[in-house]
Amino acid sequence: MNIHEYQGKALLKAHGVPVLEGVHCTAVDQALAAYDQLGSKVVAVKSQIHAGGRGKGNLYAPDTGDLVMEGGVKIAFSRDEVETYATNILGNILVTIQTGTDGKLVRNLYVEAGCDIAHEYYLAILVDRENKSVLIMASTEGGMDIEHVAETTPEKIHKISVDPNAGLLGYQKRDLGLALGLSGGAHKAFSKALTSMYNMFISNDCSMLEINPLVRTADDGIVALDAKVSFDENAEFRHKNWDDLRDLSEEEEVEIRAKETGLSYVKLDGNIGCLVNGAGLAMATMDVIKLYGGEPANFLDVGGGANEEQVKTAFSIILEDPNVKGILVNIFGGIMRCDIIARGVIAATEALSLDVPLVVRLAGTNVDEGKAILASSTLNIHPADDLAEGAQKIVELIGGAA
Amino acid sequence: MAIWIEEDAKVLVQGITGKQGMFHADKMVEYGTNIVGGCTPGKGGQTVDLQGKAYPVWNSMFEAIQATDADATVIYVPPPFAGEAIMEAADAFDSIKGEGVVVCITEGIPTLDMVKAVAFVENRPGVRLIGPNCPGIITPGLNGGAKIGIMPGHIHAKGRIGIVSKSGTLTYEAVAQTMSIDEGQSTCVGIGGDPVNGTGFIDCLAAFEADPQTEAIVMIGEIGGNAEQEAAAWAAENVSKPIVGFVAGATAPPGKRMGHAGAIISGGKGTAEEKFAAFEAAGIACAKDPSELGAVLLQSLKAAGLR
Repeated sequence: MNIHEYQGKALLKAHGVPVLEGVHCTAVDQALAAYDQLGSKVVAVKSQIHAGGRGKGNLYAPDTGDLVMEGGVKIAFSRDEVETYATNILGNILVTIQTGTDGKLVRNLYVEAGCDIAHEYYLAILVDRENKSVLIMASTEGGMDIEHVAETTPEKIHKISVDPNAGLLGYQKRDLGLALGLSGGAHKAFSKALTSMYNMFISNDCSMLEINPLVRTADDGIVALDAKVSFDENAEFRHKNWDDLRDLSEEEEVEIRAKETGLSYVKLDGNIGCLVNGAGLAMATMDVIKLYGGEPANFLDVGGGANEEQVKTAFSIILEDPNVKGILVNIFGGIMRCDIIARGVIAATEALSLDVPLVVRLAGTNVDEGKAILASSTLNIHPADDLAEGAQKIVELIGGAA
Repeated sequence: MAIWIEEDAKVLVQGITGKQGMFHADKMVEYGTNIVGGCTPGKGGQTVDLQGKAYPVWNSMFEAIQATDADATVIYVPPPFAGEAIMEAADAFDSIKGEGVVVCITEGIPTLDMVKAVAFVENRPGVRLIGPNCPGIITPGLNGGAKIGIMPGHIHAKGRIGIVSKSGTLTYEAVAQTMSIDEGQSTCVGIGGDPVNGTGFIDCLAAFEADPQTEAIVMIGEIGGNAEQEAAAWAAENVSKPIVGFVAGATAPPGKRMGHAGAIISGGKGTAEEKFAAFEAAGIACAKDPSELGAVLLQSLKAAGLR
């Protein structure tokens, strides 16, 4: 789960990490009031969307598609400029390298006071799956794309792995500060900010905390100028405040609805809908559809113990996508019995008056009963014995390869 | 022989009085698993009825292991308590026996809980953690066997193929594929689809290589991380037995979590293409379609003079 920069900064501030004064706005007049309130000659006017690359992105008018402004993050030197930038940002579509060509509608704005920057650094805290520990990464090359830095000058990225039993230790903070070339007051300020960021990461069950750039100010202070914060959704049960931080308009509505019924759904661009039990098998089903010349319309995992109702919901979600020309059901019954799935499939196709070709492949527990139920139905259901046969059949039924 | 779990291994169930725990404990007894009881804090002294027989419940894993001399435990505890259940089991096995296998089925454990739990287990070298978010481990016998998890027992048969996989149902698919060419399994291990887990691919490959019953290996990976690449490189140097592989997620879009918490291509890394390439570079015979695993395995067995 991702949150906006302004929310991330509020969290950082609450944990004692220095950030600049800023105001979250949803309208142009609020942005002007923010400018007056901040009393800073220079302010940053920043688009708030759940994607990176905002500064280098472009804003387009939603109705005409015309370019409105280059750059989703602007530095304003006057009240008039704040008005212009806020008007150009709010209600328009921001397209960045991370949003895809459709871009994202900007509903939120952050107006932030300026500061005197001496140097920009990069800092991130994340879970390192290879080392099974929390990893802190820092670089002197702040404000740049870190993947580019990692490729071209890997020696400029410094890493510390935190022992979960010991926590972040003093020497690790000292060494990292020295590696970044910090000394004196800046080194002390960095060490303190890093402690606060690490504590925030742990106490909020973050999966990622990225500050790019983290800056050293002219007076040797350390300030977080940006904040990209993601939470580990598995920990939602112990963070009641996440409900307030979640911006549903930034998430795929249908994916949220699927999740609420215990389904895992991701929309794709193809035309063959898939309904599968198990994440690995669901991915494999998509892959095999592609292998036989088709294009999967979605990833959908109904989970290990789906019931008739969930199967029905799964079908209706798949059919909401107007591109879907056929559906492949692939179930390997373990906990889930094939006869129950077969009944669910029949109930769903009847209730939704399914009019696209349907191929059903069943295997595992009670497979013979399941197949018999499908065979006795008068509905137009095509059985398949294995995944390859199922994929070939559905590709054929929708009129061959895409 | 098999790996880690013998056919007659004595197994405890953590969360045995819960709905999931009881349901699967019953299925395990039905398969022939030597269940010796379970653990639910606050319900010690009670019994649980599985397949018409009463099984004891203890308050703690210390009590349960002391009373039963169990070899393994399987965890069906809900996510908020599962990390601690793993550590309790590891502590008890380590203190009492110096060894034990902890299988965690639970899906949805916070990642930072797992970071802590895995470090805790790694400090107790005799204890092995399998999972979480996995189907478990099964060593089929000629008559029954040890099924520790949620996999459908009846699709398995004792044999010489070792299977290791991140995914549940895709493991069953691989099992069915071995059966389609009349091969059974030595042990099947589901290592789980979470970003931070216990036993990994390399642990399994090393154990299969050392196990006299295992003569060939099926390895199923998926997108996300680089465990498959590391395992492939390790196998090229250290595994003499034929390996057949598949990786799920060739069509997965970058940056999207595909069901499993760990199944995500991030920063262009962890793609299926990368993993297949690593497999091929290591001499692992790849199936591009899981329905072909049987055929590819048969070919590999023939090439190795095993058929």
